[in-house]
Amino acid sequence: MSQKKQQVLVLYLANSALDSPVKGWSVYDGTGRSRPTTGDGDVPPYQTGLDALLDGWRVIQFPQLIPPYPNMEYTTSFQQYEFIFERILEV
Amino acid sequence: MALDKKYLLTTRQMATFVAKGFLRFDDVVPAELNERIMREIDAGGVKASRAATPLSQCYAGTAVKEMLDMPEVQGMIQSLVGPDPLFDHQAVHVRQPNEAAAQGMHGDSIIDTSRQAFDVQLMYFPHDVPLEMGGTLVVPGSQYRRINESDIARYQNFIGQVPIVCKAGTLLVLHHGIWHCGRRNQTDKMRYMFKIRLNPRVRQLRLWNTEDLEQAQGGFKPLFTRETYVTDDIQSILERQEPWFENATGRLEIVNRIKMWRFLTGDDHFDAHYWLTRIENEPQNLELA
Repeated sequence: MSQKKQQVLVLYLANSALDSPVKGWSVYDGTGRSRPTTGDGDVPPYQTGLDALLDGWRVIQFPQLIPPYPNMEYTTSFQQYEFIFERILEV
Repeated sequence: MALDKKYLLTTRQMATFVAKGFLRFDDVVPAELNERIMREIDAGGVKASRAATPLSQCYAGTAVKEMLDMPEVQGMIQSLVGPDPLFDHQAVHVRQPNEAAAQGMHGDSIIDTSRQAFDVQLMYFPHDVPLEMGGTLVVPGSQYRRINESDIARYQNFIGQVPIVCKAGTLLVLHHGIWHCGRRNQTDKMRYMFKIRLNPRVRQLRLWNTEDLEQAQGGFKPLFTRETYVTDDIQSILERQEPWFENATGRLEIVNRIKMWRFLTGDDHFDAHYWLTRIENEPQNLELA
């Protein structure tokens, strides 16, 4: 009997717009068919976040726009524009 | 004996270190020395000294000491952290054959908040590292990000990341904050990388070969024109963004680099393409003529 399994795609975009260019990415594959890991590719799976939608991924989290904390305006840390997508596959 | 100035880093190499967070020196250690160091590693003979031991007192009588005493290696060390820095710790990193997964992305040690003084880490590759063996992966320009160790482990790939594929005897010298990981080793052989962390004992002020410093920095230029970017001067090296930078945060990374260059040169008015001068302008504080 087939089961529904989740694949998760995380895209780090150039700015807060979903159709901006991909700068980084991560993939987690709940089907077990692949085992993505750190440093396993040089070419992003999509050029923009919108391209992932066009290919059937559903966006499940938008990054919030949070003003910088006082005195932290010039501090750099994590990637800010982290969009999370999912795709459900029958396996 | 004093080190010949020709072995010190150049101003452009220093600016590249400030921008990217690392420098690589391919195939710099001779093959015969690489083989002896590998034998020492295999025999478990590369013993760590206590933390805070002057580097000159570490590794006595070993091939590792010979490598560290090479003028090319001393040139890197002295340019970045000064003469005879403190030994912090070492690690022989081993990646097992045919691994299922890579190491997660991380920065070493713990979050390092407000100091501008920096440590360096030497990464030494004693044997050839082809792409299928992985190589250490570094993320250029990540060294100023304030993160704590493996907080960033969810990041798998960035455009512009650099897997270190290299010949035996290659050395990397890295800012302590740079993001990196051990890529998956998909060969049948073990992969080795030997790392040493060094702490400066002197103020890191113009320690490199500064003969060309004044000329290489340039002055104010017309902005957002071809003239702004065409030259390979210090300002342009510091302003060259990494492909993974976000649009807005990438500009803040230029600010981080300018501040580091001011620290290293002692020139509090240095700027690259006017980014800081503009926001430091407070005419109300000037005396009226």
